[in-house]
Amino acid sequence: MDALLSFVIAKYNYWVVVLLIMIGLYAMIAKNNLVKKIIGMNIFQTAIILFYISIGAKKGATIPITFGEHGPPVAAADFINPLPHVLMLTAIVVSVATLGVALALALKVFRQYGTLEEDDIHSQIRKE
Amino acid sequence: MKSIALTVVLILGCLLVYVAQEFPGFGDPGAPANVHVSPFYIENAMRDTAVPNMVTAILADYRGFDTLFETSVIFTAGLACFFLLRVIRRRAPESRLYRHIPTDLTIRIEKGGRLPASSAEFQRIDSVWVPYDLIIHMTGRLIVPFIQLFALYVIAHGHYSPGGGFQGGVILGAAVILFALCNNLRMTVRRFSERTNALLCSLGVIIYAGTGVMCMLLGSNFLDYGALAGLLGVDRIMARSHGIMMVEIGVAIAVNAVMVWIYYNLSSVGRQDEGL
Amino acid sequence: MTEHFPALIVVGPLLAGLLIAAAGWFNRKACFPMAGLTLLWVLWMCIGLTLRVVTSGSIDYHLGGWAPPWGIAYRVDFLNGIVLVVVALVAFLNLLASWNSVEREMADKAGAFYSLYVLFTTGLLGMVVTADAFNLYVLLEIASLTAYALLGMGDGRSALSGLHYVFMGTIGASFYLLGVGYIYLVTGTLNMADIAARLPALYSNGTVLLAFILCMTGLFIKMALLPLHMWLPNAYANAPSLSASLIAPLTTKVMLYVMIRIGLNLFSPSFTFEISGLAPAMVWVAVIAIVAGSVMALFQKRLKRMLAYIVVAEVGYMVGGFWLGNRAAVTGAILHIVNDAMMTLCVFLAAALIVHRLRTDNFSDLKGLFRKMPFTMAAFVVGGLSIIGVPPLCGFFSKWYLISGGIIAGHYGFVAALLLSSLINAVLFFRIIEIGYFEPLPGSDGHHHEPPAKMDEAPLGMLVPLWAAAGLLLVLGVYSGDIATRIIQFAIPEAIL
Repeated sequence: MDALLSFVIAKYNYWVVVLLIMIGLYAMIAKNNLVKKIIGMNIFQTAIILFYISIGAKKGATIPITFGEHGPPVAAADFINPLPHVLMLTAIVVSVATLGVALALALKVFRQYGTLEEDDIHSQIRKE
Repeated sequence: MKSIALTVVLILGCLLVYVAQEFPGFGDPGAPANVHVSPFYIENAMRDTAVPNMVTAILADYRGFDTLFETSVIFTAGLACFFLLRVIRRRAPESRLYRHIPTDLTIRIEKGGRLPASSAEFQRIDSVWVPYDLIIHMTGRLIVPFIQLFALYVIAHGHYSPGGGFQGGVILGAAVILFALCNNLRMTVRRFSERTNALLCSLGVIIYAGTGVMCMLLGSNFLDYGALAGLLGVDRIMARSHGIMMVEIGVAIAVNAVMVWIYYNLSSVGRQDEGL
Repeated sequence: MTEHFPALIVVGPLLAGLLIAAAGWFNRKACFPMAGLTLLWVLWMCIGLTLRVVTSGSIDYHLGGWAPPWGIAYRVDFLNGIVLVVVALVAFLNLLASWNSVEREMADKAGAFYSLYVLFTTGLLGMVVTADAFNLYVLLEIASLTAYALLGMGDGRSALSGLHYVFMGTIGASFYLLGVGYIYLVTGTLNMADIAARLPALYSNGTVLLAFILCMTGLFIKMALLPLHMWLPNAYANAPSLSASLIAPLTTKVMLYVMIRIGLNLFSPSFTFEISGLAPAMVWVAVIAIVAGSVMALFQKRLKRMLAYIVVAEVGYMVGGFWLGNRAAVTGAILHIVNDAMMTLCVFLAAALIVHRLRTDNFSDLKGLFRKMPFTMAAFVVGGLSIIGVPPLCGFFSKWYLISGGIIAGHYGFVAALLLSSLINAVLFFRIIEIGYFEPLPGSDGHHHEPPAKMDEAPLGMLVPLWAAAGLLLVLGVYSGDIATRIIQFAIPEAIL
């Protein structure tokens, strides 16, 4: 019981990430409204970003900025891993860009069909 | 549909949770990810590039090629929103609302009617018009310059504190969007036209790629800033620091312009006539 | 300068795309020549790189001057040299054909169109030449975003189909990113060669298997392998015809290349084919994809939708060929990447010309097309024969390798699916040829009410690239043996028999 509890607590970042992935993916597939699907897409991408960042954390370490040329020498264990942060700067920008394009397409759909609910749009398409 | 979605999501969730047993714990300094490549970056970033912020050093120097494409991704998003939404040739304008300033009357001119010539007495207002806007107008006017100053600070101090081109560029863009929200979209487009934005977008990414091409022309590989040492008159390490600064400026210009451009196209659904 | 080619093939079109977007605000007429010259230059560089690889072996390039695994590395070797050439060639030919259509449909946004076009090519070329797992994700997103915009731009249902493509594409790319995250978690590096060196010690770890499955699933979504193909028919059929003729030949093939690269060079062949245990199931999924794709193509009433389902079936060929795991089948899969890109370009471009003239692609409106547009239909027939697999056109040779690979592996279901699909393709194309030969029927009084259709061919600017593509099908067919023995044989690791 103790081992199970400590296992759950020691890796809680992964459980949060998995929960968010599940929520985001469910919203993208199951929801009817296009904007809710876009929000689900954003949640899904943010969960992956959180996953990468949590890989780079280190207990007892500080932010990855050195003290300047006159500071103490740099030891790797004192600073958190900067590489996932760099990768996720890119991923955040990519998710914003995808969000922009998805919203532009949703606006086009709204301009054409007058609604953002998928079943209304499909019934309009079937009537054409 | 919902039941299929629920099953797929639950299966995926169980799979991910099951595999997570073998993961290193949260914050473990001995994890493979923290042991293999990143100690090199942590120990050598200051020595190789004279930039204390390791994240900026990796972003713009060691993995600078990724960042070039990240900037072009954001450029593509701005271009795609323009391409998809922009309505350039419009037909005759639909009904418009005008306010007569001396008498505070609002008149509506329907499609096909004659519009008043621009005179000081008539002011065009948006269809969704908020009447009591004096406080918002004045507050925006006071805050926008400070936001822009802070953005320039964030860009310039990307070497020494968390910050850099992307963050500063977004704050700059936010300042212009705040201006557009406090006043109206037409005023903002008059001051900061769409063509200027589009050209600045391209210019920002061209600065970044151009720095890399210059390094190539001076003999080293693409984006090897050490080659700029002769041009800038400093040693190779400071040349890397200056090279990082140059690309960060390019990134900031591009991101700023793209944020404003996307706002113009999304908020007015391509017409750039009436915004939010 | 030639040692910088691996970087220039990606940076050159990137700079050109930016300059075209800027030039579009000043002088719209200059955008097309700029795009054309850039893609011609890129094609020349890709051919030069491939020839250098054939004579002197793989080429490595370190970006930023930093050696991997600390910097990003680019690598041109036997596998991606030919894919680079075919991507550049398809993009260039399609650009030549697009001028008339762009002038007619979106003249005031021509600068943005050509810029997105060139940026799409940049993303694909970068995906093929990179040797860094995360860099591949960034370039994948550039290619995807430009494709979303290019496909969503039409009228009709293209915005909704484009939005569905956005959702499916983002799920695929995010699964790939999550897979790379898992690989990073257990190895600590992102460079492909470094990962390949460190993974064998970890093959017993369940994380590695899940990373493999996630990366592959993400790629399967992006290459539209049944049952994850739902976005493809709508996206390609409702899009503007010249965007579809650019994106259809290239996207799925480059994703297949990435799958082969990950399966052979990132994870070792023994892991991919034996330890992971996925290979038998994947071949059966491919068989179902081939059969279902071909059968669904039979039910379509519009030309572009039929061609889109043929693309789905072709993806099944290559996936099945790869996962069979023997040398002949993998050679067939790689050769089919090159051949299928050309064949798909040929038929989609012919469909684009037909839509340009007739403004519709319903089968009922295609009557008498052989008289109205003889040259276009001739090229379409050549493309169709190649897809069916008639020698000496290129489609025959890659199918031959795939079938012999299936026989060597003893997987007769795959062989049967290939033969059935060829038969169904023959039915599909002969049906179109038959519709095209009939003229409108005479009226009830026995006289023709309209004079027989005059020739109303598509403009010359669109015909020349179409005929170049059709001619290349013959050239590729004649040289298939050379390509297979002198290039592809060295691309496949020794471990595969």
